[in-house]
Amino acid sequence: MTINQSGWRPEMGVSNDEPVATYTGNRALMLEEALIFEIGTTDTTGVDIAPAPKVASRLGGLDRNTGIGLPGLSEPETVRHYTRLSRQNYAIDLGLFPLGSCTMKHNPRLNEKVARMAGFADVHPLQPQETVQGALAVIQELAVWLIELTGMYGVAMAPKAGAHGELCGILCIKAALEARGEDRPVILVPESAHGTNPATAAFAGFRVENIPATAEGRVDLAALKARLGPDVAGVMITNPNTCGLFERDMKAISDAVHAAGGYVYCDGANFNAIVGRVRPGDLGIDAMHINLHKTFSTPHGGGGPGSGPVVLSEALAPFGPIPFVSLMKDGTYKLVEEESAGELHPQTFGRMAAFHGQIGMFTRALSYILSHGADGLRQVAEDAVLNANYILRSLEDVLEAPFAASGPCMHEALFSDNGLAEGFSTLDIAKGLIDEGFHPMTVYFPLVVHGAMLVEPTETESKATLDQFIGALRSVARRARQGDAALKSAPRFAPRHRLDETLAARKPVLVWKEAELAQAAE
Amino acid sequence: MRYLPLTDTDRHSMLATIGAKSIDDLFVDVPAEARLSAPIAGLPNHASEMAVERHFSNLARQNMAASHHPFFLGAGAYKHHVPATVDHIIQRGEFLTSYTPYQPEIAQGTLQMLFEFQTQVARMFGCDVANASMYDGSTACWEAISMAGRVTKRKKAVLSSGLHPHYVSVAKTMAHFTGDTLDTALPSLAAVTDADRLLAAIDDETSCVVVQYPDILGRIADLGEIAAKAHAHGALLIAVVTEPVALGAIRSPGEMGADIVVGEGQSIGVGLQFGGPYVGLFACKEKFARQMPGRLCGETVDATGKRGFVLTLSTREQHIRREKATSNICTNAGLCALAFSIHMTLLGERGLRDLAALNHANAVRAAERLSAVRGVTLLNDSFFNEFTLKLSKPARPVVHALAAQGILGGVSLGRLFPDASELENGLVIAVTETVTEDDIEALAAALQEALA
Repeated sequence: MTINQSGWRPEMGVSNDEPVATYTGNRALMLEEALIFEIGTTDTTGVDIAPAPKVASRLGGLDRNTGIGLPGLSEPETVRHYTRLSRQNYAIDLGLFPLGSCTMKHNPRLNEKVARMAGFADVHPLQPQETVQGALAVIQELAVWLIELTGMYGVAMAPKAGAHGELCGILCIKAALEARGEDRPVILVPESAHGTNPATAAFAGFRVENIPATAEGRVDLAALKARLGPDVAGVMITNPNTCGLFERDMKAISDAVHAAGGYVYCDGANFNAIVGRVRPGDLGIDAMHINLHKTFSTPHGGGGPGSGPVVLSEALAPFGPIPFVSLMKDGTYKLVEEESAGELHPQTFGRMAAFHGQIGMFTRALSYILSHGADGLRQVAEDAVLNANYILRSLEDVLEAPFAASGPCMHEALFSDNGLAEGFSTLDIAKGLIDEGFHPMTVYFPLVVHGAMLVEPTETESKATLDQFIGALRSVARRARQGDAALKSAPRFAPRHRLDETLAARKPVLVWKEAELAQAAE
Repeated sequence: MRYLPLTDTDRHSMLATIGAKSIDDLFVDVPAEARLSAPIAGLPNHASEMAVERHFSNLARQNMAASHHPFFLGAGAYKHHVPATVDHIIQRGEFLTSYTPYQPEIAQGTLQMLFEFQTQVARMFGCDVANASMYDGSTACWEAISMAGRVTKRKKAVLSSGLHPHYVSVAKTMAHFTGDTLDTALPSLAAVTDADRLLAAIDDETSCVVVQYPDILGRIADLGEIAAKAHAHGALLIAVVTEPVALGAIRSPGEMGADIVVGEGQSIGVGLQFGGPYVGLFACKEKFARQMPGRLCGETVDATGKRGFVLTLSTREQHIRREKATSNICTNAGLCALAFSIHMTLLGERGLRDLAALNHANAVRAAERLSAVRGVTLLNDSFFNEFTLKLSKPARPVVHALAAQGILGGVSLGRLFPDASELENGLVIAVTETVTEDDIEALAAALQEALA
């Protein structure tokens, strides 16, 4: 079967991929764009600003008397500059973006619209609380949904991203141990964990120890139990895990950790797979962050901003950060800050960021949740898991799927690079997919699998798109197994060929410098 | 459900391909007692776009939007006019719905933008290099303190009393768990900053001195002497800028010797957004580049020799270094950094200087008018677009009284420093280009009434 979506009709003529030199270096819609520092000037501006009234300066004698070196562009040049740049990006809006663990799903535009309502986008965080009751209501409404969907006791809305949420949960654990008067310096982390888990534990002053995985890609319960003791503060476990598998022993793990006096942190990056079908609270979790930009579809924006609320068990909730929103008996919403914390939340570990969380992400996530409702969210998990298993079973004959024999996967399918021709690797498959018009899957993660390829299609892809992707990946995988040398030069049709990352790291150029300055510095 | 493309026919045929009888077969690894057999009870089911939009419209109407009222709040978040172009471009799907540029060949748009952003931030702050952004100013501030600890191998930081109290709180939270020592103090209602206290506190144990510029009360002080003393003792100077528009009018911290400059980039391009998402700015001297937290974009070439950009120096980061990483941060504030960068490109140096001059002039005129009100004294000798008024009575109830009259009239020090009764008469007023003469008159009249 050949799916021809390119518009090229072989019977009508010959395709010619050979590059033709052009005067501009552009190739029709493939437009090169210089840096603003090369096309702008410090005297150009795209903003008309009223002349300032004459006043005596009150700048304390620190008036700026040197140039800054910031180029400006007129409005049309600005629009063109960024529009041209935007066209060098792949995006969900263009096609399947199957980055495992990242949950790149459709971003509904309604969410953008509501986030931009003046009542949310144009209010200051320190306005008197009686002037922001609707914004506080959004925070509270989302908090209730997150608690209900996870079956937990409370939620901290302050964290600004997933890793910040991890930090929040780990600080709760530390504060709880302090309250018990115990010093437990060790956090256990499985080998397959996201790098943020050990980094977070270390950032908060814990020592990190790894626990091994079983041959079927899950936490080794016996090894974990053997390591528990009075020096262990807790474990950080991702469930579903980064191999795309549900941790069957989760409840037993929680029970063992609790019996040993520790706490269970769950990395909720993969909550998308189970939302509406499983409540982490039923599995004995003490804290779990929820990446609103994953499960609840706030846009990834080229790498942030994220948002990482943390749901908490009854044991940890008293230690959560300030500020938070509380619905008072008189029906008003109160922001509990430093001032009232002593009375309403005395054991808080304190503040972890200025102001009160990523409200712009809260409005979007709540809009997504209300649109789906309880029934739709359950369908989200089901379709996400169905799509991933469809990919797993449609590819396991051409790509090794190390854990496929142990049963279905959850929301993502994991493959390894075993069986490729000598000299060919996961990287070649990823770059080959780029030429096929797809964003590659997550590569070389998790570390427990050689040359890992982690494919997360999400629920917002049609069967036709999945079939085309499967066809493309089968084709690229076969080329890699057969040792097709042309694959080594992929991508050939992207705005850039393979980039020299070693050079970038060896001689870092992190800012633009005028040519003569750069030469003088050589 | 409008966001889910699979039909029931698709689902059946896919299950057949997989070899599963029903969707439940795919959840077989979930222990039976944890499986939910139906949608969670008590929660509403799916809703139409129109219904959801109506719900949010109703909630949005319960808030006083800054643009609809005379508005004077600052203290770490500033209202500036954001050109329409900014919001248009950040909603292009190629920016909005892309991800961290892990595949640089198809992410040059984001990467080139980040390279331009890093250069803009470094130049604005007077530093050699900058990163691709942090969560916000407050977390960037702690990351800077943490970085100074790595550079100096010391654990004592001296924080100016003019540092935003939320930033101090964040640092206190983290220091409590990491074992760092913080030397802090409450500000006093005086025209001079606590530079003398900082100079006296610096010793050979000090990892860094942290100074906000302009500070929480709006005061501007030369950082040169503090930088010199810090350097003489092997410590770093960290400058914190919560209002980067100021740097169109006043000297950059880098020029005055700051080693690390962090800031809140919200006031350029991002908007108020009730406190987030914002964009943390982080810049430093080149010699410390490899100790920086967060993502960095660097220039390189592709296989055909064309210039291109990649994420670089990632061996500092958590996904490679795990527990030995410089930070646990795994993201930046990409889209907010884009908004900042577009707005900065539209402004250019000339626009930034003009904007800063207008802000300062408006603030000077407002300070003169408001300090003419009986019961109001201007605290500051120096300020940019924000200053502190000493009122004849506690400022907090005054702020509520102003709001009741439709005026969002500043941030009371009682809200910022609830435990410091000696500060309770202080009111911090920000005056940007968005404030009109009528707004100032309205505030003056309402203040006069509230203080009478």
